[in-house]
Amino acid sequence: MTNIKIHVEHLSLQYSDGKESLRDINLDIQANTITVLFGPAGGGKSSLLRVFNRLNDLADVKLLSGKVLLEDMDILNPKVDVIALRRRVGMVFARPIVLPMSIKANLTYSLELTGEKRVSVLKDAIERSLNQAALWDEVKDRLNEPAISLSGGQQQRLCLARSLVLKPEVILLDEPTSGLDPISTGKVEVTLQELKKIYTIVLVPHSIQQAARVADYAAFFLQGEVIEKGTGKELFINPKDKRTEDYIMGRFG
Amino acid sequence: MNTISGLKELYKNPNSPASRKNKQKLGFGLLFIATVITIIPIVAIISFIFIKGISAISWDFLTTFPTNGMKEGGIYPAIVGTIYLTIGTAIFSVPLGIGAAIYLSEYAPDNRWTRAIRIAIINLAGIPSVVYGLFGLGMFVLFFKLGTSILAGALTLSIMTLPVIISTAEEALRAVPQSFRVISISVGATRWQTIRRIVLPQSLPGIMTGVILGLERAAGETAPILFTAAVFFLPRLPSSPLDPTMALPYHLFVISTQVPGMPVDIQYGTALVLIVFVLGMNLIATIIRSRARAHRQW
Repeated sequence: MTNIKIHVEHLSLQYSDGKESLRDINLDIQANTITVLFGPAGGGKSSLLRVFNRLNDLADVKLLSGKVLLEDMDILNPKVDVIALRRRVGMVFARPIVLPMSIKANLTYSLELTGEKRVSVLKDAIERSLNQAALWDEVKDRLNEPAISLSGGQQQRLCLARSLVLKPEVILLDEPTSGLDPISTGKVEVTLQELKKIYTIVLVPHSIQQAARVADYAAFFLQGEVIEKGTGKELFINPKDKRTEDYIMGRFG
Repeated sequence: MNTISGLKELYKNPNSPASRKNKQKLGFGLLFIATVITIIPIVAIISFIFIKGISAISWDFLTTFPTNGMKEGGIYPAIVGTIYLTIGTAIFSVPLGIGAAIYLSEYAPDNRWTRAIRIAIINLAGIPSVVYGLFGLGMFVLFFKLGTSILAGALTLSIMTLPVIISTAEEALRAVPQSFRVISISVGATRWQTIRRIVLPQSLPGIMTGVILGLERAAGETAPILFTAAVFFLPRLPSSPLDPTMALPYHLFVISTQVPGMPVDIQYGTALVLIVFVLGMNLIATIIRSRARAHRQW
């Protein structure tokens, strides 16, 4: 099954301060799979995620070249409607950052930005997204409470739900479980397996073990380059490149 | 160990454990004394004015015009004038100040030009108020031909107040965590939507505090309105923004220095009203701030 959701071609990126950059990345991300981008810190994984929804616009980028396509949308085209792009590509960050409002308002925020006021639409979106993020049962009776009153694991699933409200096609997750206990982490991972039936998931895992657990496809990043890519099985059981093997075996990183 | 032997030990063995403890005691003691010394004048001023002025305060004092060459009657027109001037100042300085703060905090690129503007604003806050008064006289009273009027005074006070409002508002905006902005942008909000729906509501208490502190300064100043808005005596209230007005600080100046044989209790009564006015605004700012802090979700 080859159904390419995101196509990356000769992508290079440099920040003005000379920090973490990407060099000539070529990568295809298959629809309805979990693609894992892994490797030591500073390898460019997060930078690539931030290219996918143009969150890089907020940073000081010196050079950005190559081509990134979301189906037929040319993401790097300066004329592209970034608002529309960000509605197609949702993002969840490492730290669960809930907006300073109620649980409900956190979810309806993105819909209300477009002027959506219909109560039934908002209500459906809340219930659907919380269900998809496996949080509905825990919070259905306290939707009006401040989101900050939730536990860390619940907050992170709320962030996941928030990114699902807009029914994006792609969800980018940047170490979404790095601050969570193993039980919450497990819940998120199980949730991702369900979500990939509907969405395309790109994940920067917080550990190599997590990468091996969830990856359908994987790409190993080292110092801004993709060293090796393939299915999760290929990479984690039978890596071809010495550096990939060394990293997976824990010889460096 | 008593004080004398402690000091002896300190002199002989400055680094012994006992000496180090004593040094700490001595240090805290001095800091405590410094704090007490700073509080004494504040308490003294307020209680002094309260004791000497309270006898003048009555409903009539607050609601009637001065009579008999200011030596009798109330200070009603001065109170009303100060309220008018404060409101007028708010009308100009609040939208301008908050607008500039939003631009500086949310939109302005971090370059030499922006830094120069910021330094200019900080320096503006250091200009003596009498200079603002002279500027207002030249600019608003004479050049724009507004005459001695509430409008000219409010504009002058606005310029004086702006730096306070801009810097406190900018600080309040910057205090809102950057991550909220990133989240908002990442779910498809525009920059302006992010400011309107997240940044402004979250920083509003801080901005309000700055606004009130700025206006409070405007309400209490004499020099900027001396040449631009205030007059010695008016037989009736101003009826338009282009009328001159009486004002509390200027009235206090007049009855303290310009009227021979002025009853002391009226002078202190006027000072008391002015202080209550200003401290009242301060209290409101404090309440806003502490309530916001209690409800803040970050």
